[in-house]
Amino acid sequence: MAETIINAINMALREEMERDDGVVVFGEDVAETGGVFRATEGLKEQFGGDRVVDTPLSEIAIAGGAVGLAVFGLRPVAEIQFSGFLPPAFDQLVTHASRIRWRTRGQWSAPMVVRTPYGAGIRALEHHSESLEGAYAHVPGLQVVIPSTPYDTKGLLKSAIRSPDPVLFMEPKHIYRSVREDVPDDDYEVPIGEAAVRREGEDVTVISWGAMMQKTLEAVDRIDADAEVIDLRTISPMDRETVVESVKKTGRCVVVHEAPYSGGWASEIIATINDEVLMYLEAPVERITGYDIPVPLLSMEDYYIPHPPRIAAGIEDVLDY
Amino acid sequence: MVTNTSQEAIDLDAPWISQEDLPVEKYQIVDEDGGYDPDDVPDLEETEFLDLYRWMLVEKRYAERMIKLQRRGQMGTVGSSRGHEASIVGSGYALQDGDWLLGMGRETSAMLQRGVSLRDIILFWRGVEDAQRFLTEQNCMIGISVGGYLPMTTGVGWGMNLTDTDAVVTAHFGDGATSTGAFHEAVNFAGVLDAPAIFYCQNNQWAISTPFEKQTNANSIAQRGLGYGVHGIRVDGNDVLAVYDAMREARELARAGHPVLFEALTYRTEGHSTSDDPTEYRGREEVEEWLERDPIERYESFLKSEGLWDAVDKEALVAEVDEEFSAAVEAADAYGPRDVDELFEYVYEDLPPILRGQLDEMEGDLEDLDDLEAYIERRPKG
Ligand SMILES: Cc1ncc(C[n+]2csc(CCOP(=O)(O)OP(=O)(O)O)c2C)c(N)n1
Repeated sequence: MAETIINAINMALREEMERDDGVVVFGEDVAETGGVFRATEGLKEQFGGDRVVDTPLSEIAIAGGAVGLAVFGLRPVAEIQFSGFLPPAFDQLVTHASRIRWRTRGQWSAPMVVRTPYGAGIRALEHHSESLEGAYAHVPGLQVVIPSTPYDTKGLLKSAIRSPDPVLFMEPKHIYRSVREDVPDDDYEVPIGEAAVRREGEDVTVISWGAMMQKTLEAVDRIDADAEVIDLRTISPMDRETVVESVKKTGRCVVVHEAPYSGGWASEIIATINDEVLMYLEAPVERITGYDIPVPLLSMEDYYIPHPPRIAAGIEDVLDY
Repeated sequence: MVTNTSQEAIDLDAPWISQEDLPVEKYQIVDEDGGYDPDDVPDLEETEFLDLYRWMLVEKRYAERMIKLQRRGQMGTVGSSRGHEASIVGSGYALQDGDWLLGMGRETSAMLQRGVSLRDIILFWRGVEDAQRFLTEQNCMIGISVGGYLPMTTGVGWGMNLTDTDAVVTAHFGDGATSTGAFHEAVNFAGVLDAPAIFYCQNNQWAISTPFEKQTNANSIAQRGLGYGVHGIRVDGNDVLAVYDAMREARELARAGHPVLFEALTYRTEGHSTSDDPTEYRGREEVEEWLERDPIERYESFLKSEGLWDAVDKEALVAEVDEEFSAAVEAADAYGPRDVDELFEYVYEDLPPILRGQLDEMEGDLEDLDDLEAYIERRPKG
């Protein structure tokens, strides 16, 4: 059946909770109402108030509490209502979640997931639109996963829940309900750390993820070239091999992300290409990104987002180089 | 599953203290039935009593009309302040020129009292960056990260001390905010610094779908002040006179170097925001019960008892307030035109070369790329 990303999240959570009693879902407004985006709808009814818990408005304690549950042997899946409210929790992710295995020399670990909707495009208030995946991906020990399709969402979230190490699962809320595809009822995983080749091509490699994936595919359709489109899916640890192999083949590359330009994850991708396949390049790698400004408030946020015309123009520049 | 509950009574020998040792009273002047002791009524001029009433009507009409605008697609997400009128108006009315008010968005008339214009509040909810620039000209700000601006509140109060500024700073926030780490550090730090800060909590019983009992195991917000060595008070937030009176005292305390944790007990009678459906998590009965305690009606009965009601022409007042609102909407509609370069402004004092370059690129793209503009619908109006 054709499902949305939101449905896929719900399916993954439900199936994992059925499979493993240790999975505990919590966060602000997740239990009674099923979350502000309804990702956790029906879970409390099915699994009860001990395993699906509404928390106080306490991002620090939500993230830190997940670390505690995890070292105690449970499988916490915490929701931070919007990624703009992750910064207080960032300390817990950096200071504890990402390092507990390292600190305790493998005695304790933090198999936990923090889910959070991110990105612009829904005309929300301040702090509701940022894409700071690059900042989180910079933290050693923390896995950062961003799905872009319903099928992947279910499989990746299952992998995240089963992962022995902490995962920050960032959900492109702009396309929560706009992308639909068949999502099987089966138990399947999409592995963390593997990019997907969305379209094979010879002329140029275009790399993107999350909500920008749709825009990228649309852009590629607009140009007269045989583009290879890579959906990174896991920001960290990154699938360097898929990127490198593709650029080896095409000799040209464009990276598209919504996050600001400077220090965005595109920088890391370009550095990887320089390290591994510089001599194959026929043009400098181009990045089409947000600007180095806070995401504009709702009345002008669309000026910020890299839309298909911009992406297409960037790809053409690289092709024409 | 074993539940470790805090509810069980157990026999203990050592001198534990618990919150049961601390009954927290509710400060009230006019009770739910409109009764009051004339000796308790704050010493205000007749015009001031009437002013309080007018401000409550402003708040109410503002809330109602903002929701309507939102439904018509002329506004972003907004949260209604219906039910909070006394808590907002009474707290704002006690502040003085030069005071600061950092809020979360449910304190419109208190900001208007500080000199903010209604147009700018409307612009704010339309997501127009300039709105906050105008708010800060009146020492006001709206912070969307719940509780996040409370440590900054402490800092402002600290600054007032360092510069011998005779003013206070208040942070307005909800009950949910008191669960954030920022709240706890801010209040504690203010206590240590003797900052002239008033932490003003509108405890409206709900943080989206989370009721107060699930927000904290404490019986009140007010009692937490003690743990931080600051004064706390729990006030009937639907009694505008009690709020005003206690806030006036809070202001004196704060100026004397005693920060205050103020809990105004009120109720959000509508949804958390226009994207929330409160019937999913709370019963009609509870809402009805609070609607019975409507702050405006209660104050009307007070004005009647005092013989001040004859001076009120409610219909004319509402018409006047509505007209002001309409004028503000018109002014907001007329705001602009806006240019993309304003998106790059104020990131730094001086535009660094990289931003200059990105701005040029953006402008070039808008000019050169055929249907880019089509992807950029500008909705709602700003
Ligand atoms: C730090 C943070 N976490 C979550 C949110 C999302 N959110 C916005 S308002 C809200 C509830 C706020 O409740 P409360 O503080 O009681 O204020 P009220 O809206 O009831 O007046 C939540 C969870 C946020 N804005 N900031």
